Amino acid sequence: MNFFALLGKAFLKVICDCGGIFIFFLQSFFYFFTRPFRIGLLIKYMEFIGVNSFLVVFLTSLFSGMVTAYQVNIALAKVGSQSVLGGVVALTLTRELGPVLTAVVVIARAGSAISAELGSMRITEQIDALKIMAVNPIQYLVSPRLWAGILVLPLLTAIADLVGIAGGYIVGAFLVHIDPGILTARMIDMVDLKDIMSGIYKSIFFGAFLVTVCGYKGYYASGGAEGVGRATTEAVVISTVGILISDYILTTIFF
Amino acid sequence: MINIKDLKKSFDGFEVLRGVNLIIPANQITFIMGQSGTGKSVLIKHIVGLLKPDSGEIWFDNQDITKLSEKELQKIRKKIGFLFQEGALFDSMTVKENVMFPLKEHFKMSKKEIEEKAEELLSVVNLLEAKDKYPSELSGGMRKRAALARTLALQPQIVLFDEPTTGLDPILQVSIMKLIKDLKERYSLTCVVISHDVPLAFKFADRIAFLHQGRILVEGTPEEIKTIGEPFIRNFIESALI
Repeated sequence: MNFFALLGKAFLKVICDCGGIFIFFLQSFFYFFTRPFRIGLLIKYMEFIGVNSFLVVFLTSLFSGMVTAYQVNIALAKVGSQSVLGGVVALTLTRELGPVLTAVVVIARAGSAISAELGSMRITEQIDALKIMAVNPIQYLVSPRLWAGILVLPLLTAIADLVGIAGGYIVGAFLVHIDPGILTARMIDMVDLKDIMSGIYKSIFFGAFLVTVCGYKGYYASGGAEGVGRATTEAVVISTVGILISDYILTTIFF
Repeated sequence: MINIKDLKKSFDGFEVLRGVNLIIPANQITFIMGQSGTGKSVLIKHIVGLLKPDSGEIWFDNQDITKLSEKELQKIRKKIGFLFQEGALFDSMTVKENVMFPLKEHFKMSKKEIEEKAEELLSVVNLLEAKDKYPSELSGGMRKRAALARTLALQPQIVLFDEPTTGLDPILQVSIMKLIKDLKERYSLTCVVISHDVPLAFKFADRIAFLHQGRILVEGTPEEIKTIGEPFIRNFIESALI
């Protein structure tokens, strides 16, 4: 096969995957509103994706806020603008770091697990068994996870924003000794509701995106145990890269 | 009961089914036999709509299954059970929870009634003592019996068995086949069994169909099959009886 044939084949695969993922998303999104309603499963997966990710999100955002404050302070010190440190850290966290870091943490912790679990169910014919028992596998397995992701990511992001800002405050006030009053005042001056909400809106998209991609890769896994491993790796890579790319696109739309 | 007409299916250009014609009669055990890789499992997966054919028809309940949408197929699947080769039990649930699953999904029963029904089904397949075990803790034969109990929960008219005795010792093979025969009598089931095992087929089948090179080569009662002079069939039977 020549170079152009390979390129064409790869391009077609990407197009097919994109179409497949979009259809999978629509099915998962709307099947949730069909009977029987899966409220119990929704709560179960909200706990799995949300509550169980809390500690990792807490630690990640705390130290990200602290290191951001530390680095930004060094840069601001060169131009004598350390007073805006609190505002810069809060803006960085609410607009970008909060939603993106939360999504990446959730991909690593829950997205990979979703992909591996569905992949394992696929290769052991458990998904076919659901079909045989007249149960819609996407409605049973994916829809509650998708809605859990959509509902929980904004909450985790809000927590990440808060904890990250607290981390920045700790570094600003106690390590580099900026007046706490100035820190807080700059945060309030520089951060609008729009900044916070843009991050929250992004996180809703990220929640839907990561569950859809991880679910899709697992749901259509093939090739035994190796295939499940490959599907999980692809799910993590595609959803992480996809979130970074879409973050840029969403930022240009919001601002 | 089921009428398969000129069913064709290819995978990546390779023709697996090349025009299968077969009638599966009601309330009988029909064995579908043939060499490995001839498409026996592919054939029965078409009957429950897990695969769509390239062409051909499968008639059940005055409907061509191959033309039904996924939603319409759900109604058919409540009438047709399928026993996977490895059982396909949900590994995150206990045996009893596995059996309770279809009951919870499709019947308006109290939790107590569902539990009682699940235990009754597990008794039928002699697996009540393992009700709280997980599938990973079961032997091959126990897994198949648990899967059978789960299949029966929907009270199907037809059960398709994908190699129910493969990988089991001869005593277990016979016990599984006896169980299938008992269940057929008890629930007036129509059973379709995929198997390579000639002695078991001769002992338990009402009818036997041989799938060869993508087509049904011969079909008949065990007595009729024994007397057929077709070289492939003779070779298959004699090889199995050596």
